[in-house]
Amino acid sequence: MVGSAKRANSSPVHPSMFKKILIANRGEIAVRIIRACREMGIATVAVYSDVDRAALHVRKADEAYSIGPAAASESYLRMDKILDVAKRSGAEAIHPGYGFLSENAKFAQACADASVKFIGPTPHSMNLMGSKTSARRQMEKAGVPMVPGTSHGLASPEEAEQVAERVGYPVMLKAAAGGGGKGMRLVQTRQELRSALESARSEAQRSFGDSEVYIEKAIANPRHIEMQVLADEHGNTVWLGERECSIQRRHQKVLEEAPSSIVDPDVRRRMGEVAVKVAQAANYSNAGTVEFLVDPQRNFYFLEMNTRLQVEHPVTELTTGLDLVHLQIRIAAGEKLPFQQSDVAIRGHAMECRIYAEDPDNNYFPSPGKIAMLLEPSGPGIRHDSGIYEGWNVPMDYDPLLAKLIGYSTDRPQTIMRLKRALYEYFVAGIKTNISLFQRILGDADFQAGRLDTGYLDRLLAKGNRAITSSAVEKERATFEAIAAIAAGMFAVLDPASPVGKDNEVNTAGPAAVPSNWRRKGREEGLR
Amino acid sequence: MVYEVIVGGKPHRLELEKASCGWECHLDGQLVQIDAVMPRRDVLSLLVEGHAYEIKREQTATDLHLWVGGTRFAVELRDPRSLRSRQHAAGDEKGPRKVLALMPGRIVRLLVAENSEVDAGQGIVVVEAMKMQNEIKSPKKGVVKKIAATPGAAVNPGDVLAIVE
Repeated sequence: MVGSAKRANSSPVHPSMFKKILIANRGEIAVRIIRACREMGIATVAVYSDVDRAALHVRKADEAYSIGPAAASESYLRMDKILDVAKRSGAEAIHPGYGFLSENAKFAQACADASVKFIGPTPHSMNLMGSKTSARRQMEKAGVPMVPGTSHGLASPEEAEQVAERVGYPVMLKAAAGGGGKGMRLVQTRQELRSALESARSEAQRSFGDSEVYIEKAIANPRHIEMQVLADEHGNTVWLGERECSIQRRHQKVLEEAPSSIVDPDVRRRMGEVAVKVAQAANYSNAGTVEFLVDPQRNFYFLEMNTRLQVEHPVTELTTGLDLVHLQIRIAAGEKLPFQQSDVAIRGHAMECRIYAEDPDNNYFPSPGKIAMLLEPSGPGIRHDSGIYEGWNVPMDYDPLLAKLIGYSTDRPQTIMRLKRALYEYFVAGIKTNISLFQRILGDADFQAGRLDTGYLDRLLAKGNRAITSSAVEKERATFEAIAAIAAGMFAVLDPASPVGKDNEVNTAGPAAVPSNWRRKGREEGLR
Repeated sequence: MVYEVIVGGKPHRLELEKASCGWECHLDGQLVQIDAVMPRRDVLSLLVEGHAYEIKREQTATDLHLWVGGTRFAVELRDPRSLRSRQHAAGDEKGPRKVLALMPGRIVRLLVAENSEVDAGQGIVVVEAMKMQNEIKSPKKGVVKKIAATPGAAVNPGDVLAIVE
């Protein structure tokens, strides 16, 4: 981190700075934004649904207002209610976080109409990037490298066949309005194309109300690498380095890191310059992310632009020394970027584990419920951005992201060991989490060697739980197993309230019913 | 105290006896001296011949897991003197079994009707939570004696969804 940029990032608050900001979100990101506001001396307004009354973001904010029932469509997605709270509370700006209304151009427009500043890009830039085909057309004009394919919706199955023939199989069919893997089909041969197109279209129609589907050449074993950009409202745009996001399941990111192990300074600079070009072509302002697919030969192709703060923004904050939320707010308040591209330096290595409420024994199915115990990791180089606390009831109505554990140190091997240490300290009881998955990933030889692509995690999970290699590990496991057996007995002795015996069988009438009657009788006697 | 402890599917016999200092522990016949304190609920600090272990307990309505370091074990604890444990040990495949909800959610639909025959692992009901749908499967081959789940209803962990006999 160059000194001048550091000084600029922490310069005193501008006189025209907002006095109060509404956070139109919940969970860890709402807490993250509230913290930034408090650091900047800005008052915060939280909004919450019925099931979030006791949520951490409500507890941390200066003001909080109810916006309706649990269903997001009745609360966190209701523009009218959120703007009404902004008006009532006198908030001058709205930070949308990620998800919910963050990439909704109509909401950004509604904010402008209500004279409330939307902390993000203009509705125009959002619209342009919101449709993948219109983004492709715009980027074609700007000369940005893209995966070969079409930049408009396919008119007919015949056209699809012609294009697929031209770019070569396998191809990817994608919904123009798409996201999260919906309306997406991988097609290996000409025979599969027609039915895949039909099903992609109907899924796109159902999910997004728009059946437009386009075609791209499928890149084999790609990496998913993205570039952070930041633009002020005076025409200055910079790039802040890449994030490696190839560790995914069901098109959902699980672990991210910066820098990527295959990006060298030259590739980084070229990728950064392309990302700046993309942002400028969309007349972009505020924080944004340009996503690329990278093939094994390190060719990179523009995929899409996310017009919001990303979940994984902390890894960029740690490797650049910048606070992206502070900068988002300052840009929205009309300030110029307080540093130049030449001031930005990437230093050290950061890695983020997304802690989800998911059951590792049940195919990572979501696991909401009450957090009976929470032991949070701490110590050198550990950052824990969390939306939970012990005793909190994680509602079943929203995304299962609970918290983000981010490790930072000098280099990648040290960061891996540091995160393993922090995960060792981390414990959540009452609900299931994916914490054990990260121990597996971080201990895996391919991961440690940086041999990653978007298929990595599915392959790791397909190996099964018994991927034990060395005899030392085997021996440790046997010791731990004996310790677990002893501990089970000691828990029962020291904490007699805990039940002995798991009771999954039906207690039919007859002998088994007798002891419980005795027990009940005994309790009655004891009460006398 | 005598327990039968099943760790990751493997049964162990455990005897614990209060000693003048700590506990005397026989695990599968082998004697070790241990000391144990619970610094807080669900956390056990165990000293075994100079080695220190911190064990965390994760208990839900349906199962029990213990963490030793970074390793998580599915654990069952039985008192071998209890009648139910003996019945349990006699074989899970005989007699009726409950199909339980593992987590809070909402019933989306039923996949089978009462009195229909099901295989072990066949889906019985679909439960939704956090925008994901999950099939709750039959624990055994048999006949669905009763369905206690209603589409649209909310369920909590441990709630009985169906009984298969």
